[in-house]
Amino acid sequence: MISTDTDILATAEAWVRDGRSVALATVIETWGSAPRPVGSHLVIDGEGHFLGSVSGGCVEGAVVEEAVDVIAQGRPRTLEFGIADETAWKVGLSCGGRIRVYVERISTAKVN
Amino acid sequence: MDLATLALLNTERAARRATVLVTDVESGAQRLVKAADLAADPLADVLDKQLRMGKSALVEAEGKAFFLTVQAPPPRVIVTGAVHISQAMAPMAKLLDLDLVIIDPRTAFATPERFPGVRLLTDWPDEALAGLGLDGYTAFVALTHDPKIDDPALEAALRSDCFYIGALGSRKTHGRRLERLAAAGFDETATKRIHAPIGLDIGAVSPAEIALAILGEIVKTLRGPRRAPA
Repeated sequence: MISTDTDILATAEAWVRDGRSVALATVIETWGSAPRPVGSHLVIDGEGHFLGSVSGGCVEGAVVEEAVDVIAQGRPRTLEFGIADETAWKVGLSCGGRIRVYVERISTAKVN
Repeated sequence: MDLATLALLNTERAARRATVLVTDVESGAQRLVKAADLAADPLADVLDKQLRMGKSALVEAEGKAFFLTVQAPPPRVIVTGAVHISQAMAPMAKLLDLDLVIIDPRTAFATPERFPGVRLLTDWPDEALAGLGLDGYTAFVALTHDPKIDDPALEAALRSDCFYIGALGSRKTHGRRLERLAAAGFDETATKRIHAPIGLDIGAVSPAEIALAILGEIVKTLRGPRRAPA
């Protein structure tokens, strides 16, 4: 059972309030037969714990790795996965689809 | 995203209020737009469109790429009357992802045998509705034909932001209903919100066809352009 995106955003908030450093990954674009719809979330903490899903398991490992980096550096970034993208990533979506994932840190200070 | 924005997003969702989080994908700049403030936003048109569809999306505007995280509460339908039409509505509503709640204080009608798996409330409508709360993602449908049950619920619906209000009954029945509502202090602007005769005009005859006409009208109202705020 995949956690709902409601649970994930609530979890993200709870983790930050627990003093953990947290990043949120969101599927922002899909092409072809992508496993999870636009708007799906994955929440990741600084130690690589995560909850939720952006691809049903295909690329979570890579997203978590990037997220840990985003937490350390603070700058959001957009990742792209899929069979059409052969050079940048070693992981792919076996279903043949392509997705873009936006990864951002949840900051406790108001920055915007 | 900063914690304050995330907390506000969670608060608004828990309160069943719609929001759109607008993220500039390049810079990371963000703003949370509440449905109530949507008209004043520079991206109002596209925000409104996505909100009505209930779909998050990446959009191009002002030469930039924005991701819109759309949070629309799950729509629900509250019905007074555990009757044949609502029996047909229950499985249809489930297929349409509409949360259905049926209110009927007549316990002979509102039985789990007649409504398996449906949320049934046997309180009087004013009490039941106070507990449920009527909001902008709620449709209200009056089906009992009994003014003692339908009228208090209709009055509560008219005082709320319900996106849809419908009442079953012939033109004559509805005429008498309008007189009673006028006597209760509701002017024509208010009572015009009531869809009567209820449902899309598809020539519905059977309870299931009437249920289809009503749910069709609810979906049309939910997905169509929102009425201008009063």
